[in-house]
Amino acid sequence: MQSVVSSKPNLRVVPRLDIKGSNLVKGIHLEGLRVLGKPERFARHYYEQGADELLYVDIVASLYGRNNLLDILERTAREIFIPLTVGGGLRTIADIRSALRAGADKVAINTAAVRCPSFLREAAQKFGSSTVVLSIEAIKQPEGNYEASTDNGRERTGLDVFEWAQRGVELGAGEVLVTSVDREGTGLGFDLELSRRMAELVPVPVMACGGAATVEHVHQVATIAKVQAVGIASMLHYNLVRQINPHGRPFGDFETHLLQSATISTKFEDLSLATLKRELDAKGVNCRPSPVSEEVSR
Amino acid sequence: MSPAHAGPVVIVDYGLGNLYNVLRACEAVGMAAKITCSPDEIGSAPAAILPGVGAFGDAIAVLQTTGMKESLRVLMNAGKPLFGICLGFQLLMTESREFGHHQGLNFIPGSVVRFDHPRDGSSALKVPQVGWNRVWRKNTAGASFAGRAGDLLDTTADGEYMYFAHSFVVAPADSEAIVSTTRYGDVEFCSSAARGNVFGCQFHPERSGVCGLKMYARFAQQVGENLDAAIQSPATGRALPPPAIPFAR
Repeated sequence: MQSVVSSKPNLRVVPRLDIKGSNLVKGIHLEGLRVLGKPERFARHYYEQGADELLYVDIVASLYGRNNLLDILERTAREIFIPLTVGGGLRTIADIRSALRAGADKVAINTAAVRCPSFLREAAQKFGSSTVVLSIEAIKQPEGNYEASTDNGRERTGLDVFEWAQRGVELGAGEVLVTSVDREGTGLGFDLELSRRMAELVPVPVMACGGAATVEHVHQVATIAKVQAVGIASMLHYNLVRQINPHGRPFGDFETHLLQSATISTKFEDLSLATLKRELDAKGVNCRPSPVSEEVSR
Repeated sequence: MSPAHAGPVVIVDYGLGNLYNVLRACEAVGMAAKITCSPDEIGSAPAAILPGVGAFGDAIAVLQTTGMKESLRVLMNAGKPLFGICLGFQLLMTESREFGHHQGLNFIPGSVVRFDHPRDGSSALKVPQVGWNRVWRKNTAGASFAGRAGDLLDTTADGEYMYFAHSFVVAPADSEAIVSTTRYGDVEFCSSAARGNVFGCQFHPERSGVCGLKMYARFAQQVGENLDAAIQSPATGRALPPPAIPFAR
């Protein structure tokens, strides 16, 4: 094999888009949501910047038992040809079928699986394991263990996240998405212990979510925790919002309250997805390069 | 592009996996396509795409009992282009060892086997492989796989990234059938293969961005050229096999 061939798997860098109604939103600890703009615009931008996959989460669906995501999916699936994972409020086989029909490739299941674990098996049998992602919202307990929660961290389940993940994979989940509710939106970095233990435990790929604010955070979760994928929201969204609206003035469909709050915006390194992947690659974390650079050189 | 009277390219629906994004990719490159489970429509279509995720045994059982397997054979024997993707690629092989032993379509002689414990240094890699990986058109000796009939990668740069999601890999009996290879840790596997008018790939071109769409565009072109050839040889009532070095420009 030629020396240029690297056998090390590429880290999947996955922009996470939390959706409320028809808007992209962002909060802290999955709460205190702010509107950032239309998700289609962000999705298109990330696609062009070399996103390896997109993760859509309907953040209020499980509270109100509705799902606004299908329309957004329909629109993005016509112009975005990378894997789309969808979560939030998928309760039944029919819900999954609708999501797939609208353009999803994978579905992330949390609440429905907690309520009825055999739902995972049923879904995997119907649509294949590779379609079913077990989504776990982990909250660190004072004793040091991690408990799975639902409804954006509001409802406790009593389930130990590692036991639950193992069971979920046995039932047919082909991937595990683990979100640290404690770190989510804080920019304090990934929960490395949670991510590492999960990646070591389950035989299927693990995506870590929650806390990314710098290249170093992503580097750490890739090299120390050795996860296969990272979900990143605030860091990427804020970069795009800044690009569109460098002066923090209201512009188009973007709200900018969050940019006026220096405590949030300075914590997050201001870099694009393409730059993030390039810097990760330079640090030895293999990433599929962004197609942007090719277009520039063409 | 395919003439209107030829009808749409069929996307074979055997009840497994998500076909809608395959359909969207066809639409994105301007190729008329239709999802169908009708053996008649498959048999008379100008070309077929065999997609799919899921279990080999279930898939082949459905193809067999519904008559779609026979229609695919008719289509292939008529020299019409056939494009297998992921599980659809594996189904083109002779046999699979996925949860037992199953006979495949045998359009490309070879077998389907589980990933053989891929490792990166001291650590075991995850199975399934989920993510982007590079597709190489040369073998370890530096010999090129390029330049055969039905090759949908002939306009793709060597080492391009494509999206994979799979636990099993194909092993063509004849290494001549291999169009590209890919490395996952220390395991090198066949990521695409072709035989005559049949082409298959392990990755998902419809999920592989611009590079993947290029393959769909290539397929559309091939379907069009195949139809043109069929029109020029009405005596046989069937399409001519693709030329040895197709689409050279």
